[in-house]
Amino acid sequence: MTSIASRRPKLPPLEGELRPGARQARAQRLVRAALGRHPIGMLFSAPYAFFIAVLFAYPLGLAVWISFHRYFFAAPGVSVPRPYVGLANYQAVLDDPAVRQAFLNIAIFMVINVPLTVMLSLLLATALNAVIPFRAFFRTSFFVPYVTASVATVGVWLFMFSSGGIVSNVLGPLAPHPSWLINEQWAMPSIAIYVTWKGLGIFILLYLAALQTVPKELYEAAEVDGASWWHRFRSVTVPGVRQVTTLVTLLAVITGANLFTEPYLLTGGGGPNGKSTSPVLQIYETGIEQNHPDFASALGVILVVGVLAIVGIQQLVQRRQA
Amino acid sequence: MTQTVPGAPEVSTAPAAGSDDVPEIEPRVPRSWWRLIVLAVGALVFLFPFYYMIVGSLQRTTNTALSGVIPWPGNLTLHNYGQINAALSLGKALLNSAIFTGGVLLGTLVFGVLAGYALAQLHFRGRGLVFAFMLLLLMVPFQLLIIPLYVLIVRDYGLGDSYLGMIAPFAINSTAVFIFRQFFLHLPKELFDAARIDGASELRVLTRVALPLVRPALLTAMLLTFIGPWNEFLWPLLITKQQSMQPLTVALANYISTVSGVATNPYGAIMAGAVVLAVPVVVLVIVFQRHFVSVNIGSAVKG
Repeated sequence: MTSIASRRPKLPPLEGELRPGARQARAQRLVRAALGRHPIGMLFSAPYAFFIAVLFAYPLGLAVWISFHRYFFAAPGVSVPRPYVGLANYQAVLDDPAVRQAFLNIAIFMVINVPLTVMLSLLLATALNAVIPFRAFFRTSFFVPYVTASVATVGVWLFMFSSGGIVSNVLGPLAPHPSWLINEQWAMPSIAIYVTWKGLGIFILLYLAALQTVPKELYEAAEVDGASWWHRFRSVTVPGVRQVTTLVTLLAVITGANLFTEPYLLTGGGGPNGKSTSPVLQIYETGIEQNHPDFASALGVILVVGVLAIVGIQQLVQRRQA
Repeated sequence: MTQTVPGAPEVSTAPAAGSDDVPEIEPRVPRSWWRLIVLAVGALVFLFPFYYMIVGSLQRTTNTALSGVIPWPGNLTLHNYGQINAALSLGKALLNSAIFTGGVLLGTLVFGVLAGYALAQLHFRGRGLVFAFMLLLLMVPFQLLIIPLYVLIVRDYGLGDSYLGMIAPFAINSTAVFIFRQFFLHLPKELFDAARIDGASELRVLTRVALPLVRPALLTAMLLTFIGPWNEFLWPLLITKQQSMQPLTVALANYISTVSGVATNPYGAIMAGAVVLAVPVVVLVIVFQRHFVSVNIGSAVKG
């Protein structure tokens, strides 16, 4: 285009009139200013943007809207009034003892799950971080529970931990009574241990990746200085993998906020006496089964705000430390 | 312990057994025995439930004593698989799982790659907004959207008991979009500029230049995307009322919580169903195990 323009005999530029090439360049600049250097990117990301708008942003807004109104499922085609009720739904959620129990339960879950996950995955990742026989076999075997459907693994845990199951049979009198999953003290810890077992594989991989970025020279220097194994671990390894540890904590918060399949199936609907119920199970039961989507939405909003607040605070602290 | 594993730096001549093979440059004997013990105990804890799942699925009568760990030849049968097949119509449940998973894979492969490429290599208005929403989506647990999604998809659009309704909320896996973006981001910009100067369209640059370079990453992302819908339980549980539409996770869970009480050998049948549900993913992981390398997933998460 510009080559054609330059081949033309040069004319003295007229006042107030731009040459065609320059006009085009200006138009291009305008398009760039308005749409960016690659407007086709809008087309490429349009399906994903549509997906986000229709199946994420709008539902998110709808959840907030429902939580401020009286809302229930009516027969199709029947129009029912859905009056604004202010914070009444939130009040009802906060006053509900079952909800409080659910939040207490995920606190218990995190207190058990986070340290157990950090310690075990760091230990196994450290053990894997060397030239050892059967390395691929070990790595894969740790990963298998993570990728298997919860429904399948919960089935085996039910088989193993039920009243007459192999775990109680092997432990004999040492097994708790009533059995693990129907015991008020043991139901939630059982879920926390199950989730730790299931999710450990991914954290082992993450720690392993982090360990491989820790410079070997640091270990050698520490060794020359006569640092003990424990000392080297504490002053070289732990700071080297801090980012992953942070990630583990964050993911545990999100996992806790997401717990559903485990209390639904493993402890038969959050039993006994709601001692292993979770917020999401409460959302399912009140919103879908008992037809109180307004209550369930308010609970969901509280849960999202809580998770985002924890993530935000954590990011802030991390930035300050860095 | 401290005597056998001296942490002291003066152990440079490596006096332990097998020291003849150790070259002089390597001053220390690789002391991997503790690693092997830790890893072996770990592998036992991780794999035993799967072994027990298979053994349980083959037992004629459930044996929950310690001796039940061994598959006694006299107590073996395939009857449990027949029983779970009769109760769930396994073939139909597997087909539903496959359609659900296939739809998500297709949507992610087509639209997710386009979005990941655009977010990494193209400058356009709204990029920051799409990226910010993607991060928000990754942070907000899906479970919290179940009520509004149920209202929209089942109540407003009447898509309950349909594949479209089942697939829709997962149609483009945002984690995969994020991984695609990370990998496209690491490719040198000059490569793309060269192709563009040669007059290649953006779509051609993506399919002919960018995609071949990230093919291994693509496979990893697709494997991770496969696992999600195949294992998903809560959403299909909400959206399917008819048994003929239920994927295997939902059908098996319903069997666990309701039907199992009346079956003659409930755990045998449950274990048989669990084996059928677990096998496809476990086989994929074993076959493609080198694609689940820590580095790949690590670089996808770092960001």
